[in-house]
Amino acid sequence: MTATQRTKTDQPQRAQRPLRFVVAALAASSCLTAAVMAQSAPDRSKPPALGAPPRLNLPEIQKRTLSNGLAVWLVESHEVPLVQINLLVKAGAGDDPAGKFGVASLTAAMLDEGAGSRNALELADAIDFLGASLATTASFDASAVRLNVPVARLKDALPLMADVVLRPSFPDAELNRLRQERLTALLQAKDDPASVAPMAFARTVFGATHRYGTGAAGTEATLKGFTVPDLKSFHASMYQPGNAVLVVVGDVKLDAIVPQLETNFGSWKGTSSPRKPVPQAAQVPQGQITIVDMPGAAQSQIRIGWVGVPRSTPDYFTIEVLNTILGGSFTSRLNQNLREEHQYAYGASSRFDMRLSAGAFQAAAGVQTDKTAEALREFFKELNGILKPVPAEELTKAKNYAALSFPSEFETSGDLSAKMEEMIVYGLSDRYFGEYVDNLQKVSAAAVQKVATTYIQPQRFAVVVVGDRKVIEAGVRALNLGPVRVMSVDEAVGQ
Amino acid sequence: MRRSLMTLLIVACTIPLAGQSPAPTLQVPYTQFRLANGLTVILHRDTSVPVVTVNVWYHVGSANEKPGRTGFAHLFEHLMFEGSKHVQEGVFDTLLESAGGNNNGSTNNDRTNYFEDVPSNALDLALYLESDRMAYLLDTMTPQRVDGQRDVVKNERRQSYENQPYGMASIEIDKMAWPANHPYNWPTIGYMEDLTAASHSDVVEFFKKYYAPNNASLVIAGDIDIPRTRALVEKWFNEVPRGADVEPIAPPAAILTSVQKKTLTDRVALPRLYLTWLTPRLYAPGDAALDLVSSVLTGGKNSRLYKRLVYDTQMAQDVTAFQQSGAIGSEFQIIATARRGHTAAELQKVIDEELEKLRREPPDAREVQRAINQIEASFYRRMERVSNKADALNGYYVAGGGPDYFAEDLARYTSLSASDAQAAVIRWLPPDRRVELVVEPEVKK
Repeated sequence: MTATQRTKTDQPQRAQRPLRFVVAALAASSCLTAAVMAQSAPDRSKPPALGAPPRLNLPEIQKRTLSNGLAVWLVESHEVPLVQINLLVKAGAGDDPAGKFGVASLTAAMLDEGAGSRNALELADAIDFLGASLATTASFDASAVRLNVPVARLKDALPLMADVVLRPSFPDAELNRLRQERLTALLQAKDDPASVAPMAFARTVFGATHRYGTGAAGTEATLKGFTVPDLKSFHASMYQPGNAVLVVVGDVKLDAIVPQLETNFGSWKGTSSPRKPVPQAAQVPQGQITIVDMPGAAQSQIRIGWVGVPRSTPDYFTIEVLNTILGGSFTSRLNQNLREEHQYAYGASSRFDMRLSAGAFQAAAGVQTDKTAEALREFFKELNGILKPVPAEELTKAKNYAALSFPSEFETSGDLSAKMEEMIVYGLSDRYFGEYVDNLQKVSAAAVQKVATTYIQPQRFAVVVVGDRKVIEAGVRALNLGPVRVMSVDEAVGQ
Repeated sequence: MRRSLMTLLIVACTIPLAGQSPAPTLQVPYTQFRLANGLTVILHRDTSVPVVTVNVWYHVGSANEKPGRTGFAHLFEHLMFEGSKHVQEGVFDTLLESAGGNNNGSTNNDRTNYFEDVPSNALDLALYLESDRMAYLLDTMTPQRVDGQRDVVKNERRQSYENQPYGMASIEIDKMAWPANHPYNWPTIGYMEDLTAASHSDVVEFFKKYYAPNNASLVIAGDIDIPRTRALVEKWFNEVPRGADVEPIAPPAAILTSVQKKTLTDRVALPRLYLTWLTPRLYAPGDAALDLVSSVLTGGKNSRLYKRLVYDTQMAQDVTAFQQSGAIGSEFQIIATARRGHTAAELQKVIDEELEKLRREPPDAREVQRAINQIEASFYRRMERVSNKADALNGYYVAGGGPDYFAEDLARYTSLSASDAQAAVIRWLPPDRRVELVVEPEVKK
């Protein structure tokens, strides 16, 4: 029993039973309004005009500082009786020392495997019993402990969260358990072309020594080497009040919650050293193709790109518009070409990964095996095409899509806390999101073209194709996109 | 697809936590009316952000398909985006994106849904587009459009099933679990040869039979003015012609009488075990208890199977159990992946021991309450997004209980006790009537 849908988002839908009876009581009253309406057929000759778009009133961020200097950012949201509290630490996988790739991620994962007076099972039981969810994760740019709990049980949940952040015990047995879990996950990732492709692409673009060339969780080799002191050391140096912010969204008031936060986090002391930036990666020197052999694969997973831009790029808004046109929306050129026009793929897209340092630009799709070379040709047609001036109508559509859909990114407490985290991690000003829509609307065709020629240079892109080598190799070589390497999955993702 | 926790709606009033007030009442106010052509309309106002969601359910899914045309309901869903009489091919998406809107659709065994999430000023546009394809889809439908989406859907099948590790397991399980003439026997994505066979005339027939307003329900939720929205609905949808009544599906009985075993091989590193039972349909007695059972088995670190297989013995990389509820029947599944050096048979032995324990003795009170508290919170989490509320209003309406069935749905869990969970395991999860599918790694040549 399955649900399938039109685009790539995985949004399982629950089955429902068929109509059994309908509520007819209100049906009769419909004629009241109907009588007021004109009964003639509506004018369908053109789409109805849109009125002025609504303005989003951005919720106010209330700020406070605890006695130990820990900042608190809060947005009230009283729609449901829940509260989201995220302790954000400005240290992530980008801060992993050389030879210890994966330590930030594993440290975060270990926080709730025993903390304070509770072991891993007791902690899970206590959190689950409150109806709370507690997630501990690290991305490249930050680590976070995120609590979501019914507001009536916040008082019981906060001490658990504080234990997890401040007093993790890092038991050796749990480290070994998570180590095996992560090693097995790496093994399983090699089964899946859609998992192999991004790993192989990152390795190709950034190499084995740059931090962005390896996944946040690290490699088989680093995972095998981690010890409890590694984790304790990362935690002690990076999880510091001066390096962290408490982000709160939900059915609470600042004055009521601050004393509780003070009780639980106010005694947290320590100093953190300044963050060492992730170095700018060397650019891909020349066009090159890597075929990763997955015999029998029904599709080829394609990734094309190179080193892109950091989140701090002054070209941010222009790049947003550029990418919306190229591969960031359903009507984007890549999706229209590879899906709607040629039907080589279920979908095609592109994106700029923006981190503290420059992440990758990449165009991506899974294409049917026997159309791999044809699909690559169409990818390059669109990547070259975006260098030409963008027609005004297409530019307007992209700007409107990005700008007018912006309010929907502020709906839930998860949405709101994510926006505050973005402000904190990337040092965005308090006015940033208020000016966001205007900044998008200011983007000109000339700016898009200039930015495209800077960041889209197809002849220098790295291409990774994960698929059935014996079927696709000859066609890929015939495209003459650059030197071709063929490798196994193990070689491609690194050890 | 698996049923997510948020669909299990429970209140925690049986054993309130000491000193805490009871959970607030769950209520989603709505206005409901029906047009003369039979279209049911449900409106709900929520002004938290200036966004409106338009959510249409057509009461047709893959269970309505005829032999030789599996996958057709979903292929048809794709065609609904390809233009209608007054909307040129491609314009549907262009207009919505230009307005800052997102849209999509999905198909399962029982229904097909479509939605547009738009800024509140684009409500008129969304209704224009929805009504045009409801009224005039066939006016511009061509064999070429069918061919185009057929190939897109074939690539969807390649991507989501054939090229997915373990991706063919669910298709095989449904085939083994349900009788050949039962509509849950075949996959929503369809068989490749049936996708190949689908024709333009099939599209015409399917639209006329199932895509009439009297076989649909429309929910509009968000930052709306109720009278104005009602007037807009009447403006755009009144002219859509009513269709013939749709006969409900009359499925044959589906009962497993023995153990059905099979082993598949796939390009995977680790063996995976799938145990499947046929269980009561959505909202039938036993359905909610089986949700509770799934939580007792695999919800969190302290759940029985997770603790034993993943945490204590570490024989398994993962284990999950869920009640996958459908309109005319359900499946209960337990899925576990063996670690290196372990076999599916070892996992099955442990799973059977744990199920046997539950048959002999009910779960303890804390296990049950822990699950209930989790589920209650998940329910509120769902309420934060207006598009989730809209889809739930439509689903509840279709199920027959009225759109604001949130509290009632919760209530069907509040009466559950530990012994209900035990009874459900005894009654619905017998060891000798189920499907046992194992996916083994291919032997490398």
